[in-house]
Amino acid sequence: MAEMMKKATRQSYGEALVELAKTNPKVVVLDADLAHATQTIMFKEVCPERFFNAGIAENNMIGVAAGLSTCGYIPFASTFAMFAAGRSYDQVRNMLGYPHNNVKICATHAGISVGEDGATHQCNEDIALMRVIPGLVVMNPADDTEAKACIKAAVDYQGPVYIRLGRMACPIFNDPETYKFEMGKGVQLKEGTDVTIVATGLMVYEAIVAAEKLAEEGISAAVVNIHTIKSLDSEIIVKNAAKTGCVVTAEEHSIIGGLGSAVAEALAEGCPVPMVRLGVNDEFGHSGPAGALLKEFGLTADNIVAKAKEAIAKKK
Amino acid sequence: MNQADKKQLIAMATEIRKGAVEAVHSAKSGHPGGSLSASDILTYLYFKGMNIDPQDPKNPDRDRLVLSKGHVCPGYYSTLAHRGYFSTEELKGFRQIGYMLQGHPDMKKIPGVDFSAGSLGQGVSAACGMALAGKLDNKDYNVFAICGDGEIQEGQIWEAAMFAGAKKLDNLCVFVDNNNLQIDGTVEEVNSPYPIDAKFAAFNFHVITIDGHDFDQIEAAVEEFKTVSGKPTAIIAKTVKGKGVSFMENNVGWHGKAPNDEQYEIAMNDLNAILAEVK
Repeated sequence: MAEMMKKATRQSYGEALVELAKTNPKVVVLDADLAHATQTIMFKEVCPERFFNAGIAENNMIGVAAGLSTCGYIPFASTFAMFAAGRSYDQVRNMLGYPHNNVKICATHAGISVGEDGATHQCNEDIALMRVIPGLVVMNPADDTEAKACIKAAVDYQGPVYIRLGRMACPIFNDPETYKFEMGKGVQLKEGTDVTIVATGLMVYEAIVAAEKLAEEGISAAVVNIHTIKSLDSEIIVKNAAKTGCVVTAEEHSIIGGLGSAVAEALAEGCPVPMVRLGVNDEFGHSGPAGALLKEFGLTADNIVAKAKEAIAKKK
Repeated sequence: MNQADKKQLIAMATEIRKGAVEAVHSAKSGHPGGSLSASDILTYLYFKGMNIDPQDPKNPDRDRLVLSKGHVCPGYYSTLAHRGYFSTEELKGFRQIGYMLQGHPDMKKIPGVDFSAGSLGQGVSAACGMALAGKLDNKDYNVFAICGDGEIQEGQIWEAAMFAGAKKLDNLCVFVDNNNLQIDGTVEEVNSPYPIDAKFAAFNFHVITIDGHDFDQIEAAVEEFKTVSGKPTAIIAKTVKGKGVSFMENNVGWHGKAPNDEQYEIAMNDLNAILAEVK
């Protein structure tokens, strides 16, 4: 595949906020002393009067966002995924989820690809924590194009949203001119007959590459991009599982509670077929360059190929 | 405040206390002690201090109140009911399946509830957000929050206090219902929050300490808050947990327990005696 333009989805977020600063006077942005990392600084630069720094106090930031939302504002609240979903779980559940307040949490630096900061900052559990909260939409975009579409959809949606964003630059494989995004609908990137690869976030591009490698070996892999983990598009997953007879999930998140679990739940009830979950196993990460960590933890196209073969073998 | 107005407020606060005890008795669960300590503050705010209209509970220009110590909702619900947001008959359905009055305040289900609460320590943050929105919109509404003196052991209260002070939210007024008791004992025994006034002052609040059962003092403090510019206000209200019900007053056991039928009768007699005295 030709070399693609790359961009981190946190950068996409900053750019999307700059657009929103111009077009939506109800959008306000809050950060917890990470504006240069989350890229909310881009909003502050063009719209300082609607930017609020809560300092290193994430729980209060979520609460202030909740209060603002009751007065008609659309707050975007940002910090690292570890602190948004982890530290502030109670605030997200009780101040946003339960009252269904119209706050958009854009959590950056999710997953192992945080890299050098190590295990305390590599949140591999946020999808699990967020998707169990009733009424909270959970999205995990795969590239720049999709991240911007997620943010636009979040503004249009009345209610709380959690968007998972990354630190590392990722290939931009969706064409912004033609890409059609619908919240809660999976994207069929490739049809296949032997195995279905269901992926989310930065693993979607790896899944596309894996499908090409599998094709070279005569294996036909379907590829489904699940950008919205909740509400999950069970239909597209069941349909592909029925056609291919086995499923591999791929995510930069713990195999417990994330996409793999969500897909397993959908399949158990809708179309029980053999499946293999690829993600971070039940362990913490550690420091290192992001790319090297992704390889070490097996979050690569090559490993998706291996898992696809495992899944196919389970069919027999 | 003239004597007639004060008598009216005392009578209303007593009716509100009766409603709170009735709700807890009928639910056979709930939190009477803190409901009774906060009743005079709630009564003053909803019947005099706040610019609100029960017929238009979502009016964007209204004053707002966040009951951060959400468990004392029997007193809050009774106040809202007596103010006309909903029927006092609803109090009998408190904590019951099929009724709207949840065990902790629910802004989606209950008219007049400006923010949901229950998990302690969160309400001042929400109130800060509302106050900030008021500033952004150039509106002159005020936002009140009521915290418990045990509740301020929660760290988020101080995150919110730092924010309110730093952002100069002078349209925010935080009441601390300082009844000195929490579930496991006195606040000093458990984990002392004292000095409360100096803490808020250190977070750049204008601080006023009052007797939280004296309507003159409550009114003077709220009027003072309305004149303060450039900083939020904290009103430390010295109160008696279980106020008005003889066997509940200053008794740690009545934080979260319902009176039995006999105790209910005593409580009603105590409160009716106050009413008779006022009238």
